[in-house]
Amino acid sequence: MLNIPVLRWGEPYESLETDEVIHHRTGEVLAKVGQANPGLLARDMRKADRARELLREIPIKDLIEMMKKAGDLYLNATLPLGDGEQTPDDFARQQSASTGLPEHMCKFNMEKNHFVLNNMDQIFDALTRGLDLEILERGFGVEERGVPVSYQAQSPVLGMVLPSNSPGVHTLWMPVIPMQIGLVLKPGPQEPWTPYRMFAAFTEAGVPKEAIGIYPGGPDMGAETVARCGRVMIFGSTQTVKNYAGNEQVQVHGPGYSKILLGDDVVDQWEGYIDLMADSIYKNSGRGCINCSGVWASRHTEEIAAAIAEKVGGYEVKDPTDPEAGLAAFTVPNQAEAIWGMIEEGCEENGTTHVTAKHGDRLVQMERCDYIRPTILHCDSPDRKMANTEYMFPFTTVVECPQEQMIDKIGGTLVASAITNDEAWARQLTDATNIDRLNIGAIPTIALNWLQPHEGSIVDFLFNARAYQTSDERLKRLCNGG
Amino acid sequence: MAELDQQVQEAKAALDAQAVEIVKWHFSPETGCPFWLDWAKEAGWNPAEEITCFDDIIAKFPHFQDEWLRDKQPEVWVPQEFKGQPFNIFETGGTTGMPKQRIGWNDYKVDYSEFSDTLDDEAFPKNHYWLMVGPTGPRRLRLAIEHLANVRGCSCYFVDLDPRWVKRLISEKQFDQAKAYMEHVVDQATTIMKHREVSALFTTPKLLESIAERCEAEGGSLYESGVRGVFCGGTTMDPQYTRFLCEELLENKIGFVPTYGNTLMGLAKHKPLTAEDKYSITYYAPQPRAVLRVVNPDTDEPVDYEEWGRVELTTLTKEFFMPRFLERDEAIRRAPIDTYPWDGVAEVRPFGALTKKIVEGVY
Repeated sequence: MLNIPVLRWGEPYESLETDEVIHHRTGEVLAKVGQANPGLLARDMRKADRARELLREIPIKDLIEMMKKAGDLYLNATLPLGDGEQTPDDFARQQSASTGLPEHMCKFNMEKNHFVLNNMDQIFDALTRGLDLEILERGFGVEERGVPVSYQAQSPVLGMVLPSNSPGVHTLWMPVIPMQIGLVLKPGPQEPWTPYRMFAAFTEAGVPKEAIGIYPGGPDMGAETVARCGRVMIFGSTQTVKNYAGNEQVQVHGPGYSKILLGDDVVDQWEGYIDLMADSIYKNSGRGCINCSGVWASRHTEEIAAAIAEKVGGYEVKDPTDPEAGLAAFTVPNQAEAIWGMIEEGCEENGTTHVTAKHGDRLVQMERCDYIRPTILHCDSPDRKMANTEYMFPFTTVVECPQEQMIDKIGGTLVASAITNDEAWARQLTDATNIDRLNIGAIPTIALNWLQPHEGSIVDFLFNARAYQTSDERLKRLCNGG
Repeated sequence: MAELDQQVQEAKAALDAQAVEIVKWHFSPETGCPFWLDWAKEAGWNPAEEITCFDDIIAKFPHFQDEWLRDKQPEVWVPQEFKGQPFNIFETGGTTGMPKQRIGWNDYKVDYSEFSDTLDDEAFPKNHYWLMVGPTGPRRLRLAIEHLANVRGCSCYFVDLDPRWVKRLISEKQFDQAKAYMEHVVDQATTIMKHREVSALFTTPKLLESIAERCEAEGGSLYESGVRGVFCGGTTMDPQYTRFLCEELLENKIGFVPTYGNTLMGLAKHKPLTAEDKYSITYYAPQPRAVLRVVNPDTDEPVDYEEWGRVELTTLTKEFFMPRFLERDEAIRRAPIDTYPWDGVAEVRPFGALTKKIVEGVY
């Protein structure tokens, strides 16, 4: 068992209060994680400027190189963790054991994080739209086309209130350090692994430890992170999203309600897209916000639902160490039972049908964790209660809806994969502000292009583009034309 | 150890004597109060004759009902001896509706006079000035603190905080308003600290944090503002939080005296904090005037030492008799020590804190 301390700007702090991270199958205590009280962060934030100052002493191009090195270390090296150390295999085993995600998916997530870190230069170029890195460092400069520009950091640090259930989200904060912005991380109680391993990899690669703080704790610690950091990214429910709506300091990542929309021009060939639908629903345990939770079409919906159910309904619970395991465990007591209760209640409405029922019981209850096997519902109208729902397992509702009503009826949608060749509809979809990531064509919802922004550009979130006027002579002198 | 055992026996004997004397007092027509005299008539037994030790109180009295302090008029609690003497009316908690009320004359002074003897003169210098930032209004605490200051030759400034309003704001999720109110309180406190000499501060943990943060935001610290001793009470202080207060806010330079008390009991004293205690605070009731037990809520039996249980209070003074009142707190039962040779209660927190959300707010 490991003892993992609070990290106050990189300095270990042995809290008198600890939280146990437990193996979801065996009950083994994997680690004791020191818990920070909110006051610690409040006091440490007095040194937040120092985090950015130290990072600004390192050119961005060097920080990008450090990220590449950190990526390799994260993926391959044995790194210090608390009072012990951790191999890459330890990491995957521990993350799987506490989050319920199968081990091979944890390893896949490691590859994903590694890819992002290793391609930081290209990702950075895409996120900043090719901005000269020296302009970001200096805060102002002249673009190649001769226009003076200025980018002002809105906070010396980014606070991250991280979830327990989705290790995939960590890619979102990887570009922050190379932007010379410090990090305040509040890990999810069951997923301390990635923040601490990244810290170890970053610092071993040369990032100043004083640029990163890790403050594990309860909900009050999350609230303090939001209150104290000038810019914060949080993950939560639809209600959390509503709570922070309009708060420019907070970027909230809630449920995705990602969908596949079949256009009237292709819907009669629906059978050709069943594999794409099943992958979008089931891959990576169906837990991500980019996993498909709705398939919408104007006709053939009952056949589509039956075909998807046939494809995914038979998947069984497997041991998390099994390379074939496709389902993640619910490790929070009673959560799966409550979710299944909601689904059963929703299915009582006329017009809503549980299509995977014939493939056996969905809820699988174990001693310390539960599972829900892939579940497909059919709704004969977008007005049914279950037509626009999302749960953190492979779950989808196939909804019958006329194409001309779809954009209005789908509501907020993180990823919409619209399979159509109808350019008039594609134009309407392009203009639809309720869709964040838009795929036109036969593209799975889970296929992310890392060079594209996710729920808003992190550069726009952390930096404000503003007017900056000075004499040409000064600009030339300070920017050397750059 | 033998010496401690001896002290424990002596304390127990003193408690038994107090139990007999106080029960006789409250249940005798010539000295008792109307409430208990009527209660005994209905109960069908005579406590004045049948209570021979403290354990008899535990065995024979039911839990004191807090509704009695809400529903009854205050005069039913006036012992014959005090009849005709105006009394103080103190209130506890209360967010909505009728609060619990306890009347009194001199009790509030007794614990605090005794408490003064335990204070370090360096942290709480005599003949100086104190500041209390916390619930005043109808609370006993306000008069008690002023009395404590006066006993030490000090005078006390006060900044009020209305905990009922704070609890209501938090319950209604008006967090901005709650924050603004706390800022308002801190403004007043730091204004006094800037313009007057204050060496001792009595406040709640959350307010202490905010006051310290304000001092530091203005380039100073609590210590630099002249504070040498802090009393803190009112809400949960777990070991980590206590350590944080001592190390970070008080910089291990300011004397720290955690307190646990309320209108119904008086003031419990704490075992001086040591490194071995890992900042786990243990309180000892002002026995024999009040007794704290930590009981299993299902069996009413004391839990083992170092186990968690619900706090049960019995108050035994001539002004007020209250048997076996179940506090809304839980705590760890701790063993007697030389200074206080009776059971202690440690790491006090709201009852059920681990299983339900408790509104403590800034208070």
